[in-house]
Amino acid sequence: MTVNELIEQTGCKPLLLSEGDREVTGGYAGDLLSWVMGRAQSGDCWVTIMSNVNVAAVGQLTDCACIVFSEGVQPDEAVVNAAKLHGLNLLLTEKSTFEMCAEVGALLK
Amino acid sequence: MNENEPLHFHYDVDGNNFTSAGEASVQVKRMLRQMGFHPDLIRRISVAMYEGEINMVIHAKGGDADVYVTPECITVILKDVGPGIKDVNLAMQEGYSTAPDNIRSLGFGAGMGLPNMKRYSDELKIDSVVGVGTTIEMKFLPA
Repeated sequence: MTVNELIEQTGCKPLLLSEGDREVTGGYAGDLLSWVMGRAQSGDCWVTIMSNVNVAAVGQLTDCACIVFSEGVQPDEAVVNAAKLHGLNLLLTEKSTFEMCAEVGALLK
Repeated sequence: MNENEPLHFHYDVDGNNFTSAGEASVQVKRMLRQMGFHPDLIRRISVAMYEGEINMVIHAKGGDADVYVTPECITVILKDVGPGIKDVNLAMQEGYSTAPDNIRSLGFGAGMGLPNMKRYSDELKIDSVVGVGTTIEMKFLPA
């Protein structure tokens, strides 16, 4: 499943699409950035409510396929600017982290 | 260039700007990718180095990062003149943190920094003196 397909299937709103054709191969949920860095895998759909600029650095370092801001969280302008620089995909959803992960998990099966 | 001479890259880690922390790691990641190192190795190096950078910004008002690259080994040396680590064994435990609340609200201070650095490096040396500073040396060996 690509990021574009994930958007279509889940109804997430794209905030920044740098590479919509990027393949989503797994998922991770978490807000403690060190924890995410240690465990998220390349190609993951990372679901988080953390919204400061460091999220972009962690997204870049872990090489995740997309970052989904759940629970209606709106990231800082700085996140979007940094994400543009790093070529990241940023998505928004009103769904809870749990709901979002359950959907992505089902789609990945 | 002498083949045995490692490539050397130096970065100043700005301690006053928490939001720019990670710039050195991101640059190192890009550079190693251009050199053709394996993505898993690059990921280990950049994550461990980012943790170190964040630590220097949180605790030591910044510092110096030096990266030495040979085909056999990548060495990252992080040096600061911060407060030093009182109890290294305690600091190495997952979940132990002395980071202030404002840092925790940014998603750091989970007590995973040093454990992640150990987990991702092949060799980690910590040389820390309270009141003088901390030098961390990490070695990464391509598989």
